[in-house]
Amino acid sequence: MGKNIRLLQGNEACVEGALLAGVRFFGGYPITPSTEIAEGLSRRLPLVDGTFVQMEDEIGSLAAVIGASVSGVKAMTATSGPGFSLMQEHIGYAFMAEVPCVVVDVQRGGPSTGLPTKVSQSDIMQAAYGTHGDYHAIVLAASSCEECLLYTIKAVNLSEKYRTPVVLLTDEVIGHMREKVEIPDPEVVEVMERVRPEVPPEWYKHFEITPTFISPMASFGDGYRFNITGLTHDEMGFPTAKPVQIKAKLDKLRKKIERNKEDICEIKTAYMDDDPHVVVLSSGIVSRAANQAVKMARQKRMKVGAIQLVTVWPFPDELIMKYMKTCRHLIVAELNQGQILKEIERYIDKRHTKIDFLQRYDSELITPQDILQKIREVK
Amino acid sequence: MSKNKSQQSQSDRYEIRLSGSGGQGLILAGVMLAEAMGVEDGKNVVQTQSYGPEARGGASRADVVVSTDTIYYPKPMGLDLLLALTQEACDTYFSDLREHGILIIDSDLVHQPPTPDCFAFPFTQLAKTEIGHVMVANVISLGAIVEITKLSSKDAVKKVVKSRAPVGTEEKNLKALEVGFKIAREKMKSSKAAAV
Repeated sequence: MGKNIRLLQGNEACVEGALLAGVRFFGGYPITPSTEIAEGLSRRLPLVDGTFVQMEDEIGSLAAVIGASVSGVKAMTATSGPGFSLMQEHIGYAFMAEVPCVVVDVQRGGPSTGLPTKVSQSDIMQAAYGTHGDYHAIVLAASSCEECLLYTIKAVNLSEKYRTPVVLLTDEVIGHMREKVEIPDPEVVEVMERVRPEVPPEWYKHFEITPTFISPMASFGDGYRFNITGLTHDEMGFPTAKPVQIKAKLDKLRKKIERNKEDICEIKTAYMDDDPHVVVLSSGIVSRAANQAVKMARQKRMKVGAIQLVTVWPFPDELIMKYMKTCRHLIVAELNQGQILKEIERYIDKRHTKIDFLQRYDSELITPQDILQKIREVK
Repeated sequence: MSKNKSQQSQSDRYEIRLSGSGGQGLILAGVMLAEAMGVEDGKNVVQTQSYGPEARGGASRADVVVSTDTIYYPKPMGLDLLLALTQEACDTYFSDLREHGILIIDSDLVHQPPTPDCFAFPFTQLAKTEIGHVMVANVISLGAIVEITKLSSKDAVKKVVKSRAPVGTEEKNLKALEVGFKIAREKMKSSKAAAV
């Protein structure tokens, strides 16, 4: 059988990825530039016995997603800036109640209504710190239509595996651009399922503190009794005011992510094999310009490499720092006023590696020429 | 200078912009071109677009980049071909065209071409007279682009036009495509004859 290759928009590729990953519920509210994800799933989910609900707003959307997930169905939503802000309340709830779910944020310019049809990467910080409280987020970023498909699957898998919300960041350009995407055979796609309880119902604790800090998850209707709440709770899910239990809960939320950074974190590199002294660090759509610029620089015999963050949060500092021993100039390129820049500054020894940056927030993409010029400046 | 430019980028990267105003079907034509070259002919393609918050009117454009190599940067860096179906689009984007790039205009809608060195066809007029529907001007221009550049095989583009055309308009669109092939073929023949 030949490969199934189609010309798809990034948003359409997210739809294919969601279906392959086993998503069978979408609750959402359409918003440019993410609408094609809702449109696609509204057509496709009913064909696979799934459910699509257009809710009254984005607050309700994530509430519906959480309800579906707690009932045992893989659930997701898609939105953009203003809708992502409204979802923050229930994203917090999903962190606290440890409910697997995926939010695709197709970034546009902000703050507020901002620029509905223009590209941006200004939700990098919001994706990790948008809701209140002390929690640790998993956030991925896609740079192509193919990655939209693959990382939607990855987002669903990580969310199920770690019982936590996962955000996939794309942007207006990736969401709407069309590229060839190979749709993999469902049989070869690795699909992960949440851990289910093996104990009899009377022994079951919905938030049991296990050695891995991941609690087996029963669904409503399975015959297991449990309570879920946004209040800080004990292992049974009932509100607690005991400092020991409060600390144990917050430690659990941190440790299940922190201890699995090696499994969660991923970066992609280009021309990094010969330890270049100049490295361009970027994520999402900017990585496309970075790779182009580095390729052009290499043709001019300039020793330059590029690193693309696939996992933005937890920040993949160990993976990046491996390359910083030989890096003298790190250029951080992003479509905002320095959100990744501020994070990377925490890890870099500035006596050894000088940090330069390239930022654009005028609604246009950073071009390969912009990056090439920066490379020439630092060389 | 132009030699230096071509060394910088991948040798066979080819960048096309289809421009005009909203409602002329340029994004659909861009999608058809990308699908013909990418899915049917097996090259790497990226199709991007630019649009404002309006549903119709306003400037509209579809960009297509094609290459046998990996396409990193998805947007054009120097156009090899510009199709302009309005004067405004022609004025706005002509400066993005590389030296020796191909300019194709609608001769009835672009009254002041920036250079005499261009292909001028009455796409919109032909859509009315030959097909009976102004909406297929986009597909006529798609046919002309394919005939002039040979970027896609004709079979591939026919297959895509048939599958992507709105239901019920397949025959009209295929006829429009043939009109596009024909006018471009005749124009190139006559310009060759003139050169001899």
